[in-house]
Amino acid sequence: MTHAGLISPMTLADPQPLTIAGREFRSRLMVGTGKYASNAQMIEAIEASGAEVVTVAVRRVDLDRSKDEAILHHLDPDQYFLLANTAGCFNAADAIRYARLARAAGFNEWVKLEVIGDQQTLLPDTAGLLEATKTLVEEGFKVLAYTNEDLITALRLEDAGAVAVMPLASPIGSGLGMLNPYAIRTIKQRCTIPVIVDAGVGTASDACIVMEQGVDGILMNTGIAAAKEPVRMAVAMRSAVEAGRNAYLAGRMPKREVAVPSSPTTGMLGS
Amino acid sequence: MLLGEIVFSVNGAERCLAAGSTVADLLASLGLDARAVVIERNGTILRDRASFAKLELASDDSIEIVHFVGGG
Repeated sequence: MTHAGLISPMTLADPQPLTIAGREFRSRLMVGTGKYASNAQMIEAIEASGAEVVTVAVRRVDLDRSKDEAILHHLDPDQYFLLANTAGCFNAADAIRYARLARAAGFNEWVKLEVIGDQQTLLPDTAGLLEATKTLVEEGFKVLAYTNEDLITALRLEDAGAVAVMPLASPIGSGLGMLNPYAIRTIKQRCTIPVIVDAGVGTASDACIVMEQGVDGILMNTGIAAAKEPVRMAVAMRSAVEAGRNAYLAGRMPKREVAVPSSPTTGMLGS
Repeated sequence: MLLGEIVFSVNGAERCLAAGSTVADLLASLGLDARAVVIERNGTILRDRASFAKLELASDDSIEIVHFVGGG
């Protein structure tokens, strides 16, 4: 007997696909484009990840042409949704300037807003972040705000008009996984706008556990790019994000401190 | 600076071109495609790429030319 076709696609469909600012996305995994050994490897990894949202940074053109840094002729803007970041900005004014430059490139008015407060930890400057969010929202930007795992900041960002909050799992590039699941869950429970966990996911289990908290998605870069085999890790992350989402939707069993048998305790031989 | 030249900065480095040169001339001299870059002149973004051919550079202009690179 075959069971093929027993599970309808409806059963396995996500009841609420990821939607940010009214735009629906096909994947809950968003990926960065930094730190790859080559552009060819980057493209292969992004393709393997199934991601639609792909982040890019704004930098000066290298006029000496010593390196091929431009990324646009490798990424088809019809296939991927380009999300510019303001990485490297240490105050609101710089972040606003970078966001405006990114928008002038002509793809969209979305920005992954980073205002970094500390060189060593790259933790966000939440005061600067709020200030920049307000200004950019007034200018018509769709702001996805990279923030820490503080609930109050997340709520303030929502009030300021951000279209998503992006709390960190752990510091950028650390690969430490999610350090504060309680805080991430609380932000998800209290915010109306989507919560995309950004930074710190180091391996597939990290991604799965993040998604099991019920958040709307994950953005990662180093977790894939710094793996020994980035393309294979991209596949793993894709599966992990889907697995974590499904586990969240399915609702896990309660944890117990005692064993409960899975097989009948009656009908044993000799009883 | 030679007679008939203007000196200005591009991405923090000094450059010179013939007086009367436009933003389009600058891009051509650098071998850059206007569609692939964003230009800021003295802090103001030049949004209208069609204007590049008419927009003359001036001495002491501060030009920034940026593009998208890999990032997270």
